[in-house]
Formats: sequence, structure tokens, C-alpha cells
Amino acid sequence: MKTLMLGNEAVARALYEAGVTVVSSYPGTPSTEITEAATQYDEVYSEWAPNEKVAFEVAFGAATGGARSFCAMKHVGLNVAADPLYTASYIGVNGGMVCAVADDPGMHSSQNEQDSRHHAIASKIPMLEPSDSAECLSYTKLAYQLSEQFDTPFLLRLSTRISHGRSLVDLSPREEHPIKDYKKDVMKNVMMPAMARVRHQVVEKRTKALQEWCETSGINSVEYNDTRVGIICAGSTYQCAREALGERASYFKLGMVNPLPVKSLLDFARHVGQVYVIEELDDIIETHCRKHGIPVIGKLLLPVCGEFSQSVVREALLGEELPHIALDQAIPPRPPVLCVGCPHRGLFTALKKLNLYVSGDIGCYTLGAQAPLSMIDTCVCMGASVSGLHGFNLARGSQQAKNSVAVIGDSTFIHSGITGLIDIAYNKGFSTVIVLDNSITGMTGHQNNPTNGLTIKGDPTVAVNLEALAHAIGINRVVVVDPFDMEATRKAVEAELAFEEPSLVIARRPCALLKTVKHNPPMVVDTEKCTGCKSCLKAGCPSIKVHGEANKGRGTAEIDQNQCVGCEICAKLCSFDAINF
Amino acid sequence: MSQPVKNIMIVGVGGQGTLLASKLMGKAFVEKGFDVKVSEVHGMSQRGGSVVTYVRYGEKVYSPVIEKGEADIIIAFEQLEAARWLPYLKPDGILISDNQKIDPMPVITGNSAYPDKILPSIREKGVQVIEIDAVALATAAGSIRATNVVLLGVAAHFLGFDKEVWLDVVRSTVPPKTIAINEKAFELGFAAK
Ligand SMILES: Cc1ncc(C[n+]2csc(CCOP(=O)(O)OP(=O)(O)O)c2C)c(N)n1
Repeated sequence: MKTLMLGNEAVARALYEAGVTVVSSYPGTPSTEITEAATQYDEVYSEWAPNEKVAFEVAFGAATGGARSFCAMKHVGLNVAADPLYTASYIGVNGGMVCAVADDPGMHSSQNEQDSRHHAIASKIPMLEPSDSAECLSYTKLAYQLSEQFDTPFLLRLSTRISHGRSLVDLSPREEHPIKDYKKDVMKNVMMPAMARVRHQVVEKRTKALQEWCETSGINSVEYNDTRVGIICAGSTYQCAREALGERASYFKLGMVNPLPVKSLLDFARHVGQVYVIEELDDIIETHCRKHGIPVIGKLLLPVCGEFSQSVVREALLGEELPHIALDQAIPPRPPVLCVGCPHRGLFTALKKLNLYVSGDIGCYTLGAQAPLSMIDTCVCMGASVSGLHGFNLARGSQQAKNSVAVIGDSTFIHSGITGLIDIAYNKGFSTVIVLDNSITGMTGHQNNPTNGLTIKGDPTVAVNLEALAHAIGINRVVVVDPFDMEATRKAVEAELAFEEPSLVIARRPCALLKTVKHNPPMVVDTEKCTGCKSCLKAGCPSIKVHGEANKGRGTAEIDQNQCVGCEICAKLCSFDAINF
Repeated sequence: MSQPVKNIMIVGVGGQGTLLASKLMGKAFVEKGFDVKVSEVHGMSQRGGSVVTYVRYGEKVYSPVIEKGEADIIIAFEQLEAARWLPYLKPDGILISDNQKIDPMPVITGNSAYPDKILPSIREKGVQVIEIDAVALATAAGSIRATNVVLLGVAAHFLGFDKEVWLDVVRSTVPPKTIAINEKAFELGFAAK
């Protein structure tokens, strides 16, 4: 019986079937559901690590210890894990290891659009790229076999449409792989210069062997139809091309994207007329083809930026566009917003009047950058708010430090904010850092993390004590505030800004979407008192609007009784006492 | 069974339960022996943003997404989203739209206006529009949260197979406690067309 599964669920299923026993990951869209789905298999140990570097090292340690192991991350997560990745390549594995990395072309949920194939090439680690859920399952299983056969960790490249697409898979039973013996082997496992020089040679030989293997193994497949046009593609671009061109073209579908074959590509090119390379993001396959004398057309016609679809291919290659209808009116955009009852709204609303430079970070609170809150000055990568604020204040002096803060979520602080805070304390900085502690990793869909005292399976565990941690690293000023108490929050931040020493402000209130959070009844507007002044809209809550013709056309406020959870932020912004329970 | 691939889009506002509707559809098409692909977006745009899910079924489905001019049916959970995704409908496709309006932040802050008479304007373009008060029907069924299943019921009417297939899928997918409400929601949608 075929089952409809997300690509991510199919990868998790493969971990089960391939006898994997250790999984360590850090969440990141679109990779998160792999590890969440893995928790349903009791045979597979799974955990959330504090960041991707730790996750990779845990999985690699498990592989050294003889287990089949796994880690997953989004594309930018692989930057964080790049350090172990490049040297793990030299060491190789004992039990098989696979690292899934999910790219996000089109940036549905990411801060950049980098192409993770570059990491595979640079670290000389082989990479497979599935094109649907069935291949997510079969390629992941194959990657374990190859990992052990060629003595290397494997990368599995996913992308949003593959990870978050459901398609049919066939399930098989689990195959147990008993833990392999561990034997001390300094020449292989201790990468000091003398050993690494030898291992680098091994890596180069391995790449050649893998290239031979991919020429003949059937991992890359060829479909001959009309031979006037030949398409070279991989992963989701195969689906786009096949949909757009059907039998009007022949296809060379790559299953392994590092290393790339040479002989079989040359052979394909000889059998077809004009060859096109259809690849999302960078021109990696195209450059490879040119290097080996295959005259291809790629980025000349197809974009480097953005996600591909059948219409991108159709328009580029055939110049065709399907007829369609559109309204003449302008359609206002609908950007994502902080949820109704979100504690981050309290913090940003409280600080709005202070006119601060806000060094931002990555999480739900990044949405505070948008109007009407407009409270974020920068957003780079996880952790950069804290270290970036230190640099900003070094550049502009202690007066600036009295007008600037960093905002960082609990999960992001653990991921890579702590090191920045140590830098501030150690180097006698004076910055004020605010941790938005909502007891969960919110943006990626509610994962437990080291601050909330729960494991991936929801079992109780120790929780990082942020106050004690700050003291231990040399931050003497630590205050805890409730972001819904906006006045106290503002006063506390103002007080900390005035001190010429570093402070940590912990704005603590759990995420409104947590099941354990009890909500107030919805609030109502007293239309007699409301003057239509719109002060209540300053917090950017989606459940309140001002409309109608009352108050000389200014309208009156109205609160959506189905949405409002009674956080009282709008009531506190109202000078006329018009909003009450 | 060699009919062309059918394309259905489910569009709405993050948090409205569009993912359950696509999941139920996907299951029903598998049940009927089709190849199926469903494409969802998780993460950032979930938070009150515009969300879209693609469901495609037929003998063999390649691309997981639906592009401009390709959708046979669009199920819109909100009027502005119906307008936004209209270009994805085939000129002879069917638009099923809930009549509720949810202001996006740029409208709340007064930076843009919510367009007037969306559904009539779409009708004027020659599109077959099925307008429905799914929120009211869901409330009648017992929970506003069953709005998605009401809309599924309406769509099921145009998908041509037995009502029982759908009801089975609904029963086997929704939480046991909500089966009765969801069955009723489906029936009300199916009868409303
Ligand atoms: C290196 C890296 N890993 C993962 C992500 C994905 N990601 C975006 S925000 C976020 C966590 C946000 O959680 P938290 O800091 O607790 O803030 P919240 O969303 O709860 O407000 C993650 C994991 C990323 N952007 N970069």
C-alpha cells in the first residue's frame, strides 16, 4: 500500500528503515519535520541540539562510535556546521552518517538563498538530491550504504518543494545494523597535520572512486524522448522541466550532484541536439559541463534568483505563457504578523517611544521590523544581534550604547547569542541585551529547547538558568520583566541603558500559542468612549481595526471576538479607557 | 484512468486550517488510486500571512506546484486571497470562496484599502464563482474551526466521487472527539454547493 508522505517524513522513515540509532538536529525551515517525524520511531534516539555545529558533531561522534547516525538542518545551518563538516570529510565514518541540508530557493522562510551544493564541493563530501518523497526514502537509505562503502559522511540535499511536498512512498520494514566495533585509529581519527596530509590524499582518491561509481550505478537516469532537445536537471528541477516540456525533450536526471559524472553526460550530449541545464540557484552543473566541453545553455536563459516551476521553464525555453485572468484592482499584500497575544508585541510596544537602535536577530520577533511596530534596525544571522550590537557601540561610543539594545529569542540566544554576550562581558563592553524568553522555539513551529526544561519528546529535563548563566559569565546587571507589563518593561530597559556596564534584560512570558497558556476573554470597545484616534493600532495586532463613519469619519475601534485573547496591550494604549473586558 | 492531471489550490490566511483540507484531499485521491502530489508551505508565512497549498492528482503527477492559468478549482478561505490567487485559475475554472474578509496589516494601518466587491468583480470576468458563508455553516455544525471541512464539502461536490469516500477520510483523519462536528460540517458544505 502506497502512503502519501511529506519528503521530510519520508527521510525520517528512511532513518527507521536503514537502522539508524542516533539523530541530533537543530530546527530550521524547511528541514524541521524530519527530526520531529523521527521521534515516532522508538528504535531511533532523537534530540534537539543547541545549534547545528553541535548536532553535526553529535551525529559524527555516533558514527565514529559505530552507529548509523543522522543530522538535519536548513541551508544556513550548514554554515554553522561547516567547521566539523570539512574535517569529517578527511576522517570518514565507522557507522554510516547522513546530514540532510534543506535549501530554500525563493526564500519562503529564510534570510538568504544560498546554494548548499557549494559546501558539498568545497568539503569534498558526496551529495544526493531526491526529486520526490519516494526518492527521499530510497536515496537516504542508499546514502547509508554508500557512506559505509566509501568511508565518508553523505549530504542529502533537499529544498522547500521536496521537503514540504507530499507524494507516494512504499514502506519497508526496518533493517537492524548492530553497532560496529570501535578500534582506536590515530592515523584516521586524529586530524593533526601529519595525519591530515595523508587523509587528504585518501579524500581525493575517494572522490575519483565515487565519480566512477556514479557513471555506472544508475543513480543518474536518462529518458530519451524527442532528441532535438536535451535537459540536464536534478531534484525538483526535474519535476518542473518534465512538467513543462513533457515528451518534447530528453532528460538526464542527476541523482548525485557531487561529484558530477563526465562520461555519461558527454554520452547524453552526443545523443541529443541542444543541451540545456535546468538548475535552481547557482550554475554548478552548467560550469561543470562547460569545463568538460559540453556546450550547454543554462543561466543565459534561466534565472539565478528564485524558485523554479514549470512556468519558469516554459517561459524561458518555449516562450509560452498560459492564459489567465486577473482583477484590475490593486491587491494589498498580506505579510506575516506577530500572532494575537504574542508577548513580543508587548516588548516592542513598550520600547517604541524610546527611539532606540535595535540590533535584531532571527525568530518570530523579526516580524517586529514591519509597520506599524517598525522596531528592528538589523537582521543578519542567528546570534548576530548581540555581537553586532557590541561592534556598533564600539564604533559609536558609550553615548550610543545608551540608546541601543539587542533583541534575541531564547532559542537563538542558546544557539549563538551566549558567545557574543561573553565577548561583551570579557571586553568590558556596555551594551544592553534583551532576551525574549517565550519558552519555545517559535518561528520554526514550536520546538522545545534547552531553556524550557523539556526534551524533544516533551519529557522533563534540566533547563538553562539564564540569570545564573549571565552572572557566571560576568554580567552583573540582570533583570527579569513581563513584556505585558509595558510600563515596568520600559522603565527597566531605560534604567539598564543608563548604566555604563553590560546588562541582560530577560523579557519572560510564554508564547501565546502554547497549549499551557491560559487566555483572557476577548476585550470589547466602548463605542461611546472611543474617539477613533487609532492609538490602539500602534501595536500592530491583527484582531483590532478602526472602521466606519462615526467620530466625524475617523471611525471606531472594533475587536474581533473570535481572535482576541485579552492581552490588554491595546487597552493600555487607549487614553480614553474605551477598551475593557 | 488516463485523464489529464487535475489541479486544486487551497488559499487562505495562515492559521485558518488550510493544511487539514489539503491533507484530507490528498488522502481521498490516494484512496481512489490516483498519483497525488500536495505542496504545502510551513514556517514564516504561517503567521497570519497569505498561504497556499497545491493539490494535484491524475495518472502521473510531476511538478508539485500549480502555476498561473493551471488550477481547475481554487478554494479560497477569504475573499482577498481569492483575488490574489485568481490568476492561477484556468479561465474556465471554478472559484469556491468563503465570503469572510480578514483585513491584512497594511489595511489595518491604513496604508492600503481592502478592495470593494471582490467576488462580483471576479464574476464579471466570466469566472464561475461559488460564494459561501462557510463560517456560519461551521458554527451551525458545532465549531467555527470546522470551516475548512465545510469548504472541502463544497469542493467535493465538483470532484465527482462518492460522498462516502470523503466521509471515511474525514472520520479517519480528524481527532476522534471532533468526528461528529466534522461530518456535519462536510454534509452542510456538500449540500450547499
Ligand atoms: C543557522 C540557523 N539555524 C536555524 C534557523 C531557523 N530559525 C529561524 S528563527 C529560529 C528560532 C527562533 O526561536 P527563538 O529564538 O526562541 O525565537 P521565537 O521565534 O520563539 O520568537 C530558527 C531555528 C536559522 N535562521 N539559522
